[in-house]
Amino acid sequence: MYVAVKGGERAIENAHRLLAHERRGDREVPELTLAQISEQLALGVDRVMAEGSLYDRELAALAIKQARGDMIEAIFLVRAFRATLPRFGATEPVDTGNMQIRRRISATFKDIPGGQILGPTFDYTHRLLDPQLAEGFVPEAPATGETSSAETPRVTDILAHDGLIEPSPQAEADAPVGDLTREPLSFPADRDLRLQNLARADEGFLLALGYSTQRGYGRNHPFAGEIRFGEVDVEFFAEDAGFAVPLGRIELTECQMVNQFKGSATEAPCFTRGYGLAFGQSERKTMSMALVDRSLRARELGEEVSAPAQDEEFVMSHSDNVQATGFVEHLKLPHYVDFQSELGLLRRLRKDFADANTSEPLQEAAE
Amino acid sequence: MAVLAQSDAAEISARLRAMALPDHKTLREPENGLVMVRGRIGGDGAHFNLGEATVSRSAVLLSTGQVGFGYTLGRDHEKARLIALCDAMAQSDDFADAVEQEVIAPLRTAMIAKRSRADAETAATRVDFYTMVRGEG
Repeated sequence: MYVAVKGGERAIENAHRLLAHERRGDREVPELTLAQISEQLALGVDRVMAEGSLYDRELAALAIKQARGDMIEAIFLVRAFRATLPRFGATEPVDTGNMQIRRRISATFKDIPGGQILGPTFDYTHRLLDPQLAEGFVPEAPATGETSSAETPRVTDILAHDGLIEPSPQAEADAPVGDLTREPLSFPADRDLRLQNLARADEGFLLALGYSTQRGYGRNHPFAGEIRFGEVDVEFFAEDAGFAVPLGRIELTECQMVNQFKGSATEAPCFTRGYGLAFGQSERKTMSMALVDRSLRARELGEEVSAPAQDEEFVMSHSDNVQATGFVEHLKLPHYVDFQSELGLLRRLRKDFADANTSEPLQEAAE
Repeated sequence: MAVLAQSDAAEISARLRAMALPDHKTLREPENGLVMVRGRIGGDGAHFNLGEATVSRSAVLLSTGQVGFGYTLGRDHEKARLIALCDAMAQSDDFADAVEQEVIAPLRTAMIAKRSRADAETAATRVDFYTMVRGEG
């Protein structure tokens, strides 16, 4: 039950003033700039953009600063901001095959056309803290190499060429695309809606679910067919101009998982696929997403649905960290009236209990 | 226009300032909004909604009648307006060559140089596999 309660205005105002003071920290220490956050905490900015579901580095950096580095709070701020702007429309679908590659690896083929390109990665580092970074470290300029004009086709395209992997599902060009920001979720949900949900889902939640599929809860034998990160062009069909206008470029990470094959009496066996795509350099996120995308296809592929990661209602209803934090954290808001009624009930029950238990010894005494 | 959308507003502005501009007015005041960025299932399949991006847009009208549209990622009103102005100039016989040579071409050169540098850095991280032959060394 909710009732209006007045009071606490001054305390709230002063609490926010104290928050602003604490956010600033020691004023002898230089204040962070948004450019510093965007440039030097880039992967944090990427995560806020992916889960805030809004590509804007500067806003994500501002959100991280305002949230004092609390990522879910920052994501919440970004989501709230997006609600203030009108939507002009939807872009043309981005072409990840035509990405300016910064990193591209495959765990399935050593010699993929275009090569294995490590790019800026934590892989193969020793995970030892580096005291040099504590202050004033100037890194070497990056090495440069001979650029190759070789194409970098998707690994899944190479497999598809031989019919070894299922093709991507196709739809008419003007077929409606599900949008969970416009219509409430309903189940069963199609794959377009599931991917939208997963693309903005909490990385930790997806990581745990993806991990659970590997450990046997809905196992689907994945290989990382390919992971690529880089820049893609974004184009938008502008009604006023009457043609597709270039908007600029965004950074994306894409993961193609190659999974256990299926076949039937009428179809030759082939590998199945799971897909992950997210804003920024978000490798763990897209790998987890691809695992969960594949496990959520259990129904479609006629697999037994027995694990949490295969249950679309469970996954999609709990993947959004803004919704989740809203419901969990609302528990700390005043529930005085609810609690008073529970307390009243409990006191009455305890009194009934005490009455029932004290009356017996009295009866005994009377005997 | 792809070049302009990927360039800094300050650089477009500096180059436009250095040349004679046609008479023009703002047809649509710059405004910020969102576009829903779409991806494709599996990279090449049916479309899905990936997430939104901020966009700024504007339209400019030259006194000679050409209408230019400016669209760019981000929330920079001035950049959208400058792109719209360049777009309008590109359609004008009197200004098309000038805007191409004075504004777009040098920015394109800078953009290509930046991409080539990034590609060269990336190329240095390409793995060269070699096989250790048993019994050697």
